[in-house]
Amino acid sequence: MSKSPEEFFAEKEARVNTAIALGVPDRVPVTCMTGFFPAYYAKVSLREVMYDADKMIAAWTKTLQDFDFDTADNPFMIRFLGAIMEALDYKQLKWAGHGVDEMSGYQFVEGEYMKPEEYDDFIFDPTDFMIRRYWPRIFGALAPLAELPPLSEIITYSMGLGNFAALAAPGMREVGQALIKAAEAGQQMAKNAGQFAGVIKAMGFPSTYQGFTQAPFDTLSDYFRGTLGGMMDMFRHADKLMAATEKMLPIMLRLGLSTKKRGGTKVFIPLHKGLDGFMSNDQFKRFYWPSLKALMEGLIAEGLIPVVLWEGECTSRLEIIGDIPAGKAVYHFERTDIFKAKEIIGDRVCLKGNVPLSLMVTGTPDDVRAYCKKLIDVVGKGGGFILDAAAPADDAKPENLQAMIQAAKDYGRYA
Amino acid sequence: MSQQQLIEAMSTIKEKEALAIAQDMVTQGADPFSILDACKQAMAIVGDNFAKGVYFLPELVMAGQILMQISDLIKPLLKEASTSKESLGRVVVGTVEGDIHDIGKDIVVLMLEVNGFEVRDLGIDVPAAKFVEAVREFEPQVVALSGFLTVAFDNMKKTVEALKEAGLRDKVKIQIGGGQIDEEIRRYTGADDYGLDAMEAVSYAKKVVSGGLQ
Repeated sequence: MSKSPEEFFAEKEARVNTAIALGVPDRVPVTCMTGFFPAYYAKVSLREVMYDADKMIAAWTKTLQDFDFDTADNPFMIRFLGAIMEALDYKQLKWAGHGVDEMSGYQFVEGEYMKPEEYDDFIFDPTDFMIRRYWPRIFGALAPLAELPPLSEIITYSMGLGNFAALAAPGMREVGQALIKAAEAGQQMAKNAGQFAGVIKAMGFPSTYQGFTQAPFDTLSDYFRGTLGGMMDMFRHADKLMAATEKMLPIMLRLGLSTKKRGGTKVFIPLHKGLDGFMSNDQFKRFYWPSLKALMEGLIAEGLIPVVLWEGECTSRLEIIGDIPAGKAVYHFERTDIFKAKEIIGDRVCLKGNVPLSLMVTGTPDDVRAYCKKLIDVVGKGGGFILDAAAPADDAKPENLQAMIQAAKDYGRYA
Repeated sequence: MSQQQLIEAMSTIKEKEALAIAQDMVTQGADPFSILDACKQAMAIVGDNFAKGVYFLPELVMAGQILMQISDLIKPLLKEASTSKESLGRVVVGTVEGDIHDIGKDIVVLMLEVNGFEVRDLGIDVPAAKFVEAVREFEPQVVALSGFLTVAFDNMKKTVEALKEAGLRDKVKIQIGGGQIDEEIRRYTGADDYGLDAMEAVSYAKKVVSGGLQ
């Protein structure tokens, strides 16, 4: 007797949520941060899936038919961006067929998109800074917005109505057209995302996460000041960096909390600049951790579950990062010593990971099985563990992904 | 103002202080080479602290910034003499084809240079043929391949193979680094070594040129 999709859904959801609550499920849950893997697997180019919703849905559906994960990724909001990025002439990314070849994933274009002398403007009014300074730099099609007067000066009949004249400036009509094109592409993406969410559910998979946000420091460093800018600011503009990070916190929290409006519970938070090597523990405690901790606590207070991807390594921070409410979050590790993490924070937070991509791409199923068994035996002991790849699986060998799933089933039973 | 104070300020990443001391030394007519030498000693301390896990990338980056500004300050005083400097060895560095990440690579280049290596930086997204050409012309002892993405695995492998086909493989040692790189990938690509950070690139290059690796 095979189970219905509803039964599968309930079983998988319970398995994952029990692990997150640090309980002992029926077996170790297994999932995969697939990245662009489904495109590789279905043998379509990354460019095709980024522009053709039917191909995206077909590739991701095929993957879910063939791989029995306990949760599924919905790729649309983050991987179906071709049309929107093109409409806006987006500069911060190279993507398949746009700056890199058709089988290449995203490559971020590092830059100083906000100068250090602009901190005060950002801190005074982040939204104004973004519309009139930042957007014109990251969206070629919105460059004319740099000529606008501050919109917050349009207040009432006696203040600012004349400012609308600026919307008649050269190039502004094209800005309007670009925004409409981006809006239409955005609507299409949201429609497809909803459609695929339905497919996932009908197939009996809970989705891995339903929302997204970032650590305030990362948002500033990744997109505004650049990696090097963020590092230098810790020495040259420490106070302003801290003030801007504090300003960014409620923005990132609001973004994360929007997950709830969509009926979701899990918020994905990938981390970049606070990892080992990128700063000292003292710098981490001063510049990075307080706002990240506040972000997670803010989400948890509203009943949401932060699913935090600690990219790279953060073994040296384990003593610090366990200081969050117990059983309310997931820490997904890439190169961090997850065995040590089990000892130090295993009683606070559900651990996820971390089959190395090197093994997934170049190893054999036997290698993968052996590594997974060790993870399950040690990190999975007593629950609170989800088996996953260390980083997006992209061009991993399909047989290695299967070996990871099989390992959870063969070695991961608790009962 | 003395050399010792400059070393102290620079190695503790006090940017304004270090620049002021260097400026004073220039004004007082100090030998520009003594200033450069102080910078070199400070960078050695910084590198050492990095290797010990006391300093991290922000300190390396800031030390590089201080070094750059002091170099600009004394460049006009150095004119002719600078070319006669003996180099420890030659290293070709580049991010392999398909990958545009440069921050890690740039720090490796900086640390190799301040440690006395002559570096040819091929940049990012470098095809295998360009590495072959550079090895032929520049005759380095070490080739350092950088890559952050998993696509870099195959292109590193291709680059190693291209050097083999060109008959240059046994003339150089190849070290890889970046992102997901580990022993597994070293074996896969056929490289000689992998490094986790910029100081490992320096110590490997030193080992190679001193004949510690044959």
